[in-house]
Amino acid sequence: MRIESRERFETFQVRAGKQAARIKTRIVVCCGPGCLASGSQDVADAFARELKSRGLLEKRQKIECKRTGCHGLCEAGPLVALEPAGILYTRVKPRNVKDIIEKTVLGGKVVERLLFKDPVNGKRIEKYGEISFYRNQTRVSMRNVGRVDPFDLDDAVANGAYSGLVKALFDNTPEEVVDAVDHSGLRGRGGAGFATGRKWRSCRGAKGDRKFVICNGDEGDPGAFKDRAIMEGDPHSILEGMIIGAYAIGAHEGYVYVRNEYPLAVVSLEAAMADARKAGLLGDNILGSGFDFDIRISRGGGAFVCGESSALMRSIEGKVGEPRAKYIHGTDRGLHDLPTVLNNVETWSHVGAILQKGADWFAAMGTDKSKGAKAFSLVGKVRNTGLIELPMGTTLRRIIYEIGGGIQGDRPFKAVQTGGPSGGVIPESLLDLPVDYEKLEENGSMMGSGGMIVMDDRTCMVDVARYFIDFLIEESCGKCVPCREGLKQMHNLLDGLTLGKGRQGDIERIERLARGMKLGSLCDLGRSATNPVLSTLRHFRDEYEAHIDHGACPAGICRELTAFEILEDVCDGCHLCVKACPVDAIEGKAKKMHVIDDVKCTACGECFNVCPIDAIRHFPKNNPAGTSPREEVA
Amino acid sequence: MNDRPEVGRASLDEILSRYPSEEPYLIQVLQDVQHAFNYLPKVAIQAVSSALSVPLAKVFSVATFYKSFSLKPQGRCLVHVCMGTACHIRGAGQLMEEMDRHLDLDPDGTTEDVAYTVKTVNCVGACALAPVVIVDGKYHGKAQPTKVPKVLGLDKGGRHAN
Repeated sequence: MRIESRERFETFQVRAGKQAARIKTRIVVCCGPGCLASGSQDVADAFARELKSRGLLEKRQKIECKRTGCHGLCEAGPLVALEPAGILYTRVKPRNVKDIIEKTVLGGKVVERLLFKDPVNGKRIEKYGEISFYRNQTRVSMRNVGRVDPFDLDDAVANGAYSGLVKALFDNTPEEVVDAVDHSGLRGRGGAGFATGRKWRSCRGAKGDRKFVICNGDEGDPGAFKDRAIMEGDPHSILEGMIIGAYAIGAHEGYVYVRNEYPLAVVSLEAAMADARKAGLLGDNILGSGFDFDIRISRGGGAFVCGESSALMRSIEGKVGEPRAKYIHGTDRGLHDLPTVLNNVETWSHVGAILQKGADWFAAMGTDKSKGAKAFSLVGKVRNTGLIELPMGTTLRRIIYEIGGGIQGDRPFKAVQTGGPSGGVIPESLLDLPVDYEKLEENGSMMGSGGMIVMDDRTCMVDVARYFIDFLIEESCGKCVPCREGLKQMHNLLDGLTLGKGRQGDIERIERLARGMKLGSLCDLGRSATNPVLSTLRHFRDEYEAHIDHGACPAGICRELTAFEILEDVCDGCHLCVKACPVDAIEGKAKKMHVIDDVKCTACGECFNVCPIDAIRHFPKNNPAGTSPREEVA
Repeated sequence: MNDRPEVGRASLDEILSRYPSEEPYLIQVLQDVQHAFNYLPKVAIQAVSSALSVPLAKVFSVATFYKSFSLKPQGRCLVHVCMGTACHIRGAGQLMEEMDRHLDLDPDGTTEDVAYTVKTVNCVGACALAPVVIVDGKYHGKAQPTKVPKVLGLDKGGRHAN
């Protein structure tokens, strides 16, 4: 059905809302990235089968089972929520489905053993609204992720989708839309944080009849997956934002550039676009307003550098994704050398909400210069890994300890990495830092695309720096020398350190090289490539020095420098390390002390990680008497 | 949420007919070819070059620039080991080592009998379940080095069944 006027849309909205309100019990199965990997597809299938065989899917039963995008708490997946009661079941297996239907859906009781267990006090929590992970969140860009079925336009509209678009098209001139976005203080959510309103205004003012809007879905930062979750879970919020943006700058063509690694995002965006076209929300004469706009999907080829705006545009043109110098602005000469606005997935999904609820509502959230909320993927060695969205300015401590539930296995917190390969690490001393664009940058990191990788004492900072440099060596496009060659030299220096071949003066050499790369590289990939090195050096210089001065890795990660041994008086012979060892280097009978065979041992540290009673210690290979290299350094 | 429908071994002509014969579609065409044939055969690259009127050298440069393309046949079973940051700090390196130890991979990551190709990928966006291994599209979260033979299907009578 094609909707041809504002009134028709509003009728459609009311009808969709009424239809949704009819449902008495809604079983919401998370099919987000994390839960899918834990097998939620099978759980959803089992629900559909079981409900159907019991005749519970008939209309008069008023029961609905739907598959949605990410609920957030991936660690405890597959997740199943029951609405409107707000009950959350975790780690649901297909065999639990019958129980849930009989006890909860039909019987009105909860299945205790499937409830979320608080990692701090071990208590079972019935409602997700009471779990600290959920309680502390504010969802704006992800407002409908995990709530709506991405393949159901009615469901999206019943939850507010396209209301912002209607306001923009019928109550505002394009100029007023730009003003609203400008006034809201929205900044780019993909990394650098450029003011969205300003970008739109300069593109609106650029000469030319043909303009483009692009959605950057090339979420390449390792450790970040919020864009994937939005594209898969609520594609309509992206389309809505892009239509509003196109109206504001006067574009009629748009592209969504999706990473090759995200095939499901393509499926759900394609379906959403087809639904929107059918409903008259996309294509010619949108909602009878006289405005024409359509979108195409462009799949990436698996190149990190294509997340850089000018490289991304080259890739859409079918070319090799090489960036160009930044004195040419995309808003003047972007795709096909025509004026283009390029924004990140999360930025676009904000736009509809801002138009719907007003710029003031948005600007009231956050800090002085960083407004609104921000999505993060909270991962690494934290207990509650998953996807979160919080007002700007929330402290790291709150994120990691209240929402994240602290460090796995109660190990000591060491640092949190943000901003991907262009970012840096934030150490324990800065845990009370309010997270916004400015504060992260002041402390040697950056927002990036919202990856937060929590690290414990079993993380070597030299190894982390080398990891990012190796990542970038592979991903550098090779066009400019400072980036291409600088990265290789940087790798050699860091690799030397991890192999125990560090020399006095290496730290200074690293710093000098970093300065050169920052000055000379063509695009932000090269210019910011040394951030992970410089920030680990800034906050963990002692660790670099331990590698050079003592040939020791304080975290026990660098294998050439580390050895392991089992402590005679502590080991109770539980056999866990024997099972965990991939090279069968540990011998010992059950209940008797185990021994590591130094010849076979590859120093991978698996035994150390699994030992429940700390009966294994690591020490510098060249100094068996050394207890803790950290103390030696001090 | 269904996976992308299988293209299967669609013929080259059929793939070329899906898109207008213009340069901007080069990457999309190559992607479909890669998906259908498991790699980019020489004849396909030549055909794409003439069909889209893009010089062969340019097609070759695109084919070698992007990581998703491969110029050599891939193993029948395709394994991706995620090397994202979250996976790295939770031991993805060990997993890769184990893969190599069990499968004896050549420098391109393929076994001699072309049964397996193991590739690293820079983050698949399932970071909460790190480390992640994907075998023929199936995700294995929280993978452990000792489980590698099982994940690869080596525990049940050696090589992968297909």
